[in-house]
Amino acid sequence: MGKVRKGVEVSIAIADAVAQANVDVIAAYPITPQTHIVEHLSEIVADGELDAEFVPVDSEHSAMSVCCGSAAVGARTFTSTSSQGLALMSEIFFIAAAMRLPMVMALANRSLSSPLSIWNDHSDVMMVRDAGWICVFVENGQETYDNIFCGYRMSEDPNVMLPVAVNLDGFILTHMIEPVEYEDDALIRQYLPEFRMKNALHPDNPVSMGCFGMPEIYTETQMNREVGVKNSYPHIIKAWDEWGKLTGRHYRPIETYRADDAEYCIVTMGSYGETAMEVVDALRAEGEKVGVVKIRLWRPFPLDEFRKTVLGKKHLIVVDRAITFGGQGGPVATELRSALYKKDGAPTIVNYVAGLAGRDVSRKDFRNIILEGKKKAESGDTEGFTLYGLRG
Amino acid sequence: MAKPMDQITWQELEIGAVVVEIGNSTQYETGSWRSERPVVDKEKCIKCMFCWLYCPEGCIHEAEEGHFEADLTYCKGCGICAAECPAKCITMISEEK
Amino acid sequence: MAKTSVSSPKNVERAEYFAPGHRACQGCAEALAVRLVLKALGKDTIVGMATGCMEIISSPLPLTSWRVPWIHNAFENPAAVISGCEAGMKVMMRKGKLPEKKINFVGMGGDGATADIGFGPLSGALERGHDMIYICYDNEAYMNTGIQRSSSTPYGASTTTSPAGKKSIGQHTQKKNMVEIAAAHGIPYVATACPSFPFDLLEKVKKASETPGPAYIHILSVCPTGWRIQPADAIKYGRLAVNSCVFPLYEVVGGKHRLTYKPSEKKLIPVSEYLSGQGRFRHLTDKDIEQIQAATTLRYERLLKLSEEG
Repeated sequence: MGKVRKGVEVSIAIADAVAQANVDVIAAYPITPQTHIVEHLSEIVADGELDAEFVPVDSEHSAMSVCCGSAAVGARTFTSTSSQGLALMSEIFFIAAAMRLPMVMALANRSLSSPLSIWNDHSDVMMVRDAGWICVFVENGQETYDNIFCGYRMSEDPNVMLPVAVNLDGFILTHMIEPVEYEDDALIRQYLPEFRMKNALHPDNPVSMGCFGMPEIYTETQMNREVGVKNSYPHIIKAWDEWGKLTGRHYRPIETYRADDAEYCIVTMGSYGETAMEVVDALRAEGEKVGVVKIRLWRPFPLDEFRKTVLGKKHLIVVDRAITFGGQGGPVATELRSALYKKDGAPTIVNYVAGLAGRDVSRKDFRNIILEGKKKAESGDTEGFTLYGLRG
Repeated sequence: MAKPMDQITWQELEIGAVVVEIGNSTQYETGSWRSERPVVDKEKCIKCMFCWLYCPEGCIHEAEEGHFEADLTYCKGCGICAAECPAKCITMISEEK
Repeated sequence: MAKTSVSSPKNVERAEYFAPGHRACQGCAEALAVRLVLKALGKDTIVGMATGCMEIISSPLPLTSWRVPWIHNAFENPAAVISGCEAGMKVMMRKGKLPEKKINFVGMGGDGATADIGFGPLSGALERGHDMIYICYDNEAYMNTGIQRSSSTPYGASTTTSPAGKKSIGQHTQKKNMVEIAAAHGIPYVATACPSFPFDLLEKVKKASETPGPAYIHILSVCPTGWRIQPADAIKYGRLAVNSCVFPLYEVVGGKHRLTYKPSEKKLIPVSEYLSGQGRFRHLTDKDIEQIQAATTLRYERLLKLSEEG
């Protein structure tokens, strides 16, 4: 396929990206709102457009298990899930990262039960914060398409060897038709080297994967992992830089919009960012010195970039899309408060939780959040969080 | 040769804690577990190899003249070889002797 | 009765793919089963194993007893993991990323991993038709965690979570028939085996390896520790299980049942001889044993009939 710009449902764009990436194994279980991704992938495979094994598993737990087996033999592996599916596979989700098995997952963020909800929020990915996966957030169809390739580039890099989750807001992105520029197959082949895995399972080089750890050695395995995650960071950046050189679209762990000279900023993660940018433009026209700080790389958390971006600002209004029950508010706000602890020039942080289960957060709502949030910050009302739009 | 478990540093581990030295469990000498060991009466032995076949440790090996005997580094003294020998030529004797 | 192609230890593969130094109990017939299975499969084998006795005793970091590629991922998923290995390898060979080679993909789990927690993933893997073998090492309880009952624990057995007591016979349900459940998936090869009949076991593993598609082998793994017998009696009790028809040796080939060993009149024994001497059954009354005998006879007769039909 040559370079072409088309209007396409984002789910379809993901499937097309997976095909262009010449993935070997796809193992996924259907769950709203990810279904279009796997349906289109199975069509692509059925028509012979992609030579891959589409493994129709019996559950998400088996999906991640099949992915681990596939990655362990060095095959390029893809999966996709949401919400309850992520919860069910969470046991193996943690193990995949611990065993350093590369793969890419399109995680169509959806709220966790109970009550059952098929609509978007970030409670699913927040559940697996500590799993050790690389977590990237995208805002639109183009970013989603691009980050499938960047995901493989990062994941399979021998200096990284960590699974990657590309987080996209369920329905809001998965089911939206967006303009996406598809890259040329040759460019993709140039960008993505063939996956070569050291110690892949093969009779010619037998190894044992997943031996158990006694107390005498477990701590050392964890340090080995921790250092592995830290050392992967520059290679994550490199994967994005290389993509930027080839396509002109640059991705960074923290991205900003009109934040350089801003006095205070709204912090978003995911598709909110686009709406926030429009609202900031309107507020700027009214004289507000406000900007947007967007977290693109959630894990490993880009501590230095984040501090560099926000230290010296007066306030941050953090808009979370999940609650940490019994904790200090939303997970992102909690993370950022911790990142700024005792740093000179640390801004005040005010936390809003909005858009749970896909409830629409309009430009008007963002405007309210920003202006109200600023007032709260100025009056020192920074404890806990505000559940925006709550009735009662 | 793997270092003892409690001496390995985190830098020495393979990525993902994969073990690349296959079959290195042979460093762990399970022979210290036993309280009895098998003794073969070579006169009666018919070299049928059933003792070798039934050993759960896989530690019975061919010795001189085609007889088979347990490698005492690993033999746990379970007594299966003695129980299964068709010629009844293996006796379990106490390690105390 | 089937003529096995190997009928002498002298013809059995000499190479040891399961190294000594593993930490199985003395007299562990499950470890013996693993050792024999690997001899039948050879070095071009990838094993996906469940958490359990065999996994723990064979892989304490930094040591491993495995001389073939091996992966342990979690408890309930070896069937799914190994099906992923099979799928990945198949595609890579097809795409020319790897040279073509016949490799055995073998999932291994205990009775708990197979009949209980791993039931779903196993069913899925069998249904999907991967070219793989799944082997259940059945020692009839969750032995690794301290002899707790599984759905494969036989009626009347005392375990730590189905203890015999003033108000209980121990396990009060019948053993779940995983062999027939596997056969019901319509897979091309299903078999039972026991290391006490080593040539029958080796033959069946070889057959499973040569049969394209999914195969399921259920191996009775005598556990002296959990069954409360002497380690030296591990092979003897496997023989008693088979000769009392409690654990018949048979195959289901393309849906057709076939006994591979029928105890002769001389060899056939009452179940009481099998049950006696096992600490886990010592609380059983004569009436209980009669009940077990009746159920065993009925089951075996049904199997005989299936075996003779067609």
